[in-house]
Amino acid sequence: MKGNSYFSRKLHSLLGIIPLGGFIVVHGLTNYQAFERGPEGFEQGVHLINSLPLIPLLEIFGIYLPLLFHGIYGLYVAYQSNSNTGRFQYGRNWAFTAQRVTGVMTFVFVFWHVYQTRMQIYLGNITHEELGSTMNHIASNPVYFVLYVIGVLAAVFHFSNGLWAFLISWGITIGPKAQRISSYICMGVFVILSALFILSLIAFSGDEFKEAASAALAFTNIG
Amino acid sequence: MAQTTVANKTVKFIITRQDTPDSKPYTEEFEIPYRANMNVISGLMEIQRNPKKVDGASTAPVCWDSNCLEEVCGACSMVINGKPRQACSALVDKLEQPIRLEPMRTFPVVRDLVINRERMFGALKRVKAWIPIDGTYDLGPGPRMAETKRQWAYELSKCMTCGVCLESCPNVNDRNSFIGPAAISQVRLFNAHPTGEMNQEERLDALMSDGGIEGCGNSQNCVRSCPKGIPLTTSIAAINKDTTKHLFKKWLGV
Repeated sequence: MKGNSYFSRKLHSLLGIIPLGGFIVVHGLTNYQAFERGPEGFEQGVHLINSLPLIPLLEIFGIYLPLLFHGIYGLYVAYQSNSNTGRFQYGRNWAFTAQRVTGVMTFVFVFWHVYQTRMQIYLGNITHEELGSTMNHIASNPVYFVLYVIGVLAAVFHFSNGLWAFLISWGITIGPKAQRISSYICMGVFVILSALFILSLIAFSGDEFKEAASAALAFTNIG
Repeated sequence: MAQTTVANKTVKFIITRQDTPDSKPYTEEFEIPYRANMNVISGLMEIQRNPKKVDGASTAPVCWDSNCLEEVCGACSMVINGKPRQACSALVDKLEQPIRLEPMRTFPVVRDLVINRERMFGALKRVKAWIPIDGTYDLGPGPRMAETKRQWAYELSKCMTCGVCLESCPNVNDRNSFIGPAAISQVRLFNAHPTGEMNQEERLDALMSDGGIEGCGNSQNCVRSCPKGIPLTTSIAAINKDTTKHLFKKWLGV
């Protein structure tokens, strides 16, 4: 069984939802704290995540390795596909092509985004408390803002449509009716998650996050 | 022969031709007299009778494959005005002109519109799409099939291995080993049969090896293209469920 493409493809499908799908939902909710509760709320969210036990292990086995496997194997899956949306202009066929296009977009975006944020913490250029102001730098640059919105929409589409396909690939939604209902639910997931991310990007671009940076610094110095 | 041609009315064809399996394809245009109730096959027969291009130059007659002429054998599948379908059931009156005919390039082209669908028959052998009942003595009658089950299984049995679902699938190509929708649906058919069910693991195992069911990317073009209206995506999802169960059973050693 091991080493055959059935096994790899199933693992690819599973990792896309568990843990990566779970991660994108948690990420969206944490970011949304920036919109709902401002800099303090966002900082609390970051603090909450950083107070989880065994953070390095969670990051390596819960995020980095699944992300690398899903991303690199996903590029191979995209390479194996043709796009025939010209001859078959059905919504599902468009979604098939979009799933591959957004997958590649997300792959590039995630690397860039991790470099700008998490990597900077590893390099010692910023601290966890300064993430709010880092995001303010990014979101207040109009070009970066647009690129982030595109990246976020690509990632959220890839997850929502991937969730729909996951339910079929594991044999959970079988008939056309079940697949139609799950497509409505997945569309809802797309709308809600997109709203969470875009609203938090808007919040990050606000001035309070610029000021929060110095406040946070002061806070950690006292602490 | 009775005079059935309508004065001055013609049918235009643009046909993609290819002389040998390896040679470069090219197109030729034909204009033939219209007759009532023509289908694409009768158009091709007319070209065969008088193989002249629209400019009057002679050419070799166009080759195609056909057999039953009632959309049950699957032999005359080709791409007609961009969509893969059977030439026998493609009525000229219902087609936009010029009518463009191309071979289904997902398969190796033998000549002109003739393709080699051997990979589909190979796939049926691989998944053991039959019911083994041979023995050295009379095995007696098998278990009965419930009528309600027979009714939906009958829909799956309409598959004529025509290749339209493979042609419409973006994941059936040279870079991908996906077995294609047709064979997966046949696994569902033979696994639903009370006697065929006894060998269901063998068929599931075949689909769980390289180039099995995993290549499905859910574009769902197959179910929209199938000329027999076979619920191919339902079959794929149902077999996804069975292979998933089989996978966990094997791991857990149940």
